[in-house]
Amino acid sequence: MSEYIDQDQSGATVGIVEKQFFTFSTPPDMMKLESGSSIGPVTIAYETCGSLNQDKSNVILVLHALSGDSHMAGYYDPKDTKPGWWDIMVGPGKGIDTDKYFVICSNIIGSCAGSTGPSSINPETNKEYGTHFPMITIGDMVEAQKALFDHLKIKSILSVIGGSVGGMQVLEWCVRYPGMIKSAIPLATTTKHSALAIAFNEVARQAIMADPNWNDGHYYSDKKPDMGLALARMIGHITYLSDESMRLKFGRKLQNRSALSFEFGAEFQVESYLQHQGKKFIERFDANSFLYITKAADYFDLAGQYGSGSLVKAFAKCQSKFLIVSYTSDWLYPTYQSKEMVKAMKKNNLDVSFCEIDAQWGHDAFLLPSDRLDNLIRGFLRSASDET
Amino acid sequence: MKLEPLRYDLKIIASWIEPESKILGLGCGEGDLLYWLKKEKNVKERGIEIEESKVVKCIEKGISVLQGDINEEIEDYPDNAFDYAICSQTLQQVYEPSNLIHAMMRVAKMGVVSFPNFGHIKVRMQLALAGSAPVTKELPYSWHDTPNIRVLSLNDFKKFSEQVGFKILKKAAINTKENQRHGKMVTFLPNLFATYGIFLIGKE
Repeated sequence: MSEYIDQDQSGATVGIVEKQFFTFSTPPDMMKLESGSSIGPVTIAYETCGSLNQDKSNVILVLHALSGDSHMAGYYDPKDTKPGWWDIMVGPGKGIDTDKYFVICSNIIGSCAGSTGPSSINPETNKEYGTHFPMITIGDMVEAQKALFDHLKIKSILSVIGGSVGGMQVLEWCVRYPGMIKSAIPLATTTKHSALAIAFNEVARQAIMADPNWNDGHYYSDKKPDMGLALARMIGHITYLSDESMRLKFGRKLQNRSALSFEFGAEFQVESYLQHQGKKFIERFDANSFLYITKAADYFDLAGQYGSGSLVKAFAKCQSKFLIVSYTSDWLYPTYQSKEMVKAMKKNNLDVSFCEIDAQWGHDAFLLPSDRLDNLIRGFLRSASDET
Repeated sequence: MKLEPLRYDLKIIASWIEPESKILGLGCGEGDLLYWLKKEKNVKERGIEIEESKVVKCIEKGISVLQGDINEEIEDYPDNAFDYAICSQTLQQVYEPSNLIHAMMRVAKMGVVSFPNFGHIKVRMQLALAGSAPVTKELPYSWHDTPNIRVLSLNDFKKFSEQVGFKILKKAAINTKENQRHGKMVTFLPNLFATYGIFLIGKE
């Protein structure tokens, strides 16, 4: 996912928020991972907005995508220039209304934004894990979030909401803890990566690993693989846009010049844009986290894991009410992948709504201001909370 | 959300629906009927609608709806998943009506079908006297831009029921005015004087 963090036009905001931490699985009670390895202690960063009602029935869990973090809305400091990544959606009177709901956003295990990940210190060596960090899965991310919910003593979630890799976590939650999830909104997501999606991820990972500074993942006390990570991000950004959005946004426009200069600098605007995105990304993201999280997304296969290949079987135990949203120009997780989900849910007699939003902005459309998505989410949440 | 009074034809359909039943609305538009049934008769509703803007309106109301083509989307539901499948003023736009009726009778115990009556006197007069393809309030399109590719009369539907193999359990021939907000039942020569026909159908 990209960064489209803009101030909400309405000026409505949740105000000042604080990043909180929860640590669990302290050795010897380590967290068992799906790969068979164990890890501990595990810290999860999270943030909350709104207030929990008396019977704890107004909880919404927001799950972030690949490069996101727990900072979904508001500001850490009044001097911050930018709010959290989904400030346009989460706040008083917004699509996810913090006057009504208690909204939690949990960072994922493997991340570099406060939770335990490859850049954390391995207690056994007192050095960063690097590539000694165990492989993680979407299921492991959900297990760590479940530990946080146990700690918060929240037993029921009104809605889990997330886009892209966040949407995968939404689906995993619904399949893993069917009784706990009243409703779910997977946005611009899939039940498994296509070969195309894996291919892009692999090229991005190779870009990082080919950077001489990567040093098999042990670079924390030295120069970082910035070139590789920036390149990986540039590849990602191509997949988040679309032919149409790139045509409209850049076309063949030139950057700061009126004619071609016949050199290998960023002559076209699209080149300059991608380079800028790459540079911004290296300031805030860890290359190893990128490797681990993209790998987790590639491993994700709901039908394979829970239905011996059948998506219908995988959703058999689900009880949640669903709202599935796809975007016409999303070529990373095209609409047909959402429709496969819808089909399997219908065959299970699940209460599923589906909308394909006509948008030219590609995969990233779910992060852009859209009255349509606000209204869909607001209406769906209202009906979900009426029914409980 | 305020509960608006239903259109006349939808009122009749609503009156046929048992409370607490499971409903599939085919081509459910902005979900007015489903919303009314959900609020007043506590039904479990599912809608299918192809237009994105209408799908959004449904979801805003809290109606469960899928964006898609009714002919395709109806296929994924298990047998007898619903008590009623409702196809209100859409049958005349369906390419293969008999397939759709079969699918309705598979996924639901009963079906409701309504359509504008092509046997209405105004339709007949336009063709007979003016010699041109009829354009009426109920069928307002010109021949070249109409979505109504399968125009039929009340009598045609009765014949169709024998050919396709379903039972007509209830029928209402109605005459509507003011954009169908009001209307009345037509008992005298319905195939000539009714603007719309509404049928409750069941399996043979």
